[in-house]
Amino acid sequence: MQSKSFLKIFRPTIEIFYAFFSIFILIFLLLYLADANFSLAFKGFVNSSVGGRNNAYLFSTFSKMALISGMAIAALVAFRGGLFNIGGEGQLVVGGFACAFTGLLVSDFGFIGIIISIISGMLAGATWALISGFLTIYMGVPLLVGSLLLNYPARFITSYLVNHPFRDIQSGLPQTFLLPKNVWLPYFPNTRLDLGILIIFLVYVICLIIFYNTKHGYYSKNMGHSLSYVKLSGLPTKKIVFKTLALSGAIAGIVGSIAVLGIHHRFTDGMLVQPLYAWTGIIAALLVNLNLWFIPLAGFFFAAIYTGAAGMERIAQVPKEIATVIQAVIILFVVGKLGSLSNLSSNKGVKDD
Amino acid sequence: MIEIFDPEFFSSIARLTTPILLAALGGSICHRAGIFNIGLEGFILLGAFMAVLGSFFANNAFLGALSAIFGGLFLSIIFAEFHLRRKGDPIVISIAINILALGLSTYLLRSIFKVSGVFSHPEIKKLPQIQLPIFNNIPILDLLINNQSILFYLSIVIVFILHYFLKYHKFGLWIRVVGENPEVLRSSGVNPVKIKFLVLLLCGILCGLAGAQLSISNVGLFVENMSAGRGWIAVVAVLLCGGRPIPLFFLIVLFGLVDSLSLRIQGLGLPQQITELLPYIVCLVVLIIVSYKKLRTLSRTIY
Repeated sequence: MQSKSFLKIFRPTIEIFYAFFSIFILIFLLLYLADANFSLAFKGFVNSSVGGRNNAYLFSTFSKMALISGMAIAALVAFRGGLFNIGGEGQLVVGGFACAFTGLLVSDFGFIGIIISIISGMLAGATWALISGFLTIYMGVPLLVGSLLLNYPARFITSYLVNHPFRDIQSGLPQTFLLPKNVWLPYFPNTRLDLGILIIFLVYVICLIIFYNTKHGYYSKNMGHSLSYVKLSGLPTKKIVFKTLALSGAIAGIVGSIAVLGIHHRFTDGMLVQPLYAWTGIIAALLVNLNLWFIPLAGFFFAAIYTGAAGMERIAQVPKEIATVIQAVIILFVVGKLGSLSNLSSNKGVKDD
Repeated sequence: MIEIFDPEFFSSIARLTTPILLAALGGSICHRAGIFNIGLEGFILLGAFMAVLGSFFANNAFLGALSAIFGGLFLSIIFAEFHLRRKGDPIVISIAINILALGLSTYLLRSIFKVSGVFSHPEIKKLPQIQLPIFNNIPILDLLINNQSILFYLSIVIVFILHYFLKYHKFGLWIRVVGENPEVLRSSGVNPVKIKFLVLLLCGILCGLAGAQLSISNVGLFVENMSAGRGWIAVVAVLLCGGRPIPLFFLIVLFGLVDSLSLRIQGLGLPQQITELLPYIVCLVVLIIVSYKKLRTLSRTIY
């Protein structure tokens, strides 16, 4: 009896140690497989996630953080309402392309052009999310697979568009024309960090307000806890679903727009898919157990892993995909601590334990 | 039209069907056992990588397939550890496994073989094609099912074995009971967690073989993110058929047919992106039709 209670008290600590120990063993093994110099790899990781000359790498971490946190907010908005919108990738890509396209059209208007192109990215993302919402509500397609399968049309259609009709042939790559400088997002003074992170912060604040101070946020949260409760209360569930999905898709579209206007200044085939922004965002949202307050922290954490791994590749020739592996393993270790998502999705409500 | 339906078209159907079929069979037993495994994509990808790895170093295609099985089993054990023992949510674990497999296969590709993108080497042995003399003189069947890899015949056999097994065998009954109500099984003296673990291992083996078919039978090389959504098509097929092997087989043959059709019409001058999209569109359309019918017959809306 005595020993049992002793174990009970120390169990969380032991589990944390177990997780850290396993992750370190894994990193060690992976570095060993890549024949890397450990101290060099470690130095490269730390230096390029938060250091660099004039903090250049820290700023690149910040700009990644903007994208990852943005996608995390997009995933969180939907998950919180019990809607498994894992089609963030498609919404992101569609938003990015729409923004690049509009940006070329309205490039003469300067600042207003930036706003117009971001709005068009938003609308495109929201439309893409609403399609999956429509399929779910009126066709009975499960949102999980419906939203996911819509990723592929988004990816292939934009790939077609930048390969054929809208291709900048002289650049030699499948990409649109470079946007004129007056529709680029301005940089912070004396840095290479664009204002995208401010826009994401604005989105973050707006989402906090929607979550805690509006009727829609309250309804959507209740729908995540218990759909039947919301339904029996006579609330318009369909409207709430559409609104939540549109919000989620719009945020994904904004993230795509920021990547286009702030970082790449054009839309290149696969530029938003390859770095797994959407999936990393979903993982980040799950890591903080769908708590919006901690999203910036999770975003910074994953962004630091990304840029750190890129630095490791530069300095110690360790492939940067180690970041992806580490992120996946981290979420595996916290998954037991999270509430069950399927309870949300199967409309049984959250269980007590 | 004649250019599309040439001999190559008919023989490619089986080649393209097999990986999706094997993975979907793995997914279907998980579905019947009540494990919502949507990580098939990752299972296939790691299987494909491990198959190339084994085939390259052991210089033997069968050892390659064996190492693909180990790749699948590795992910199954991870799934079991975090889902069965640590009670994690299967959707989250599946997403993590997909990302893990993508990261791990690319990382190992770049660190072991020192290439990025595509790894092809003459040392990678391909699984042999098997010729069945009985079909030699039957015109269409000869093209359709003769001279395929051993995994194709295996997958066809597994469809029927699995059907029989789930319907009549004691272990199959246990699997179905676990899916319906685990407590019933526990009260009859069988540990449901053990059954679920075995089911996951079986799923890992099948998905590993699916990967082997993709990499060391169809082509003999490995490409980053080689599974390219096939796992998701398998997931959709499993959901549509409710995990029943026989309807699953026909549905996946349809997907394989569209897949090979999309390869053929590329030759007609359609852009590659549009033809590659075709299987996903067909998958989505079938999903919509079936879901809509279900919605109408049940006349019950979720929202």
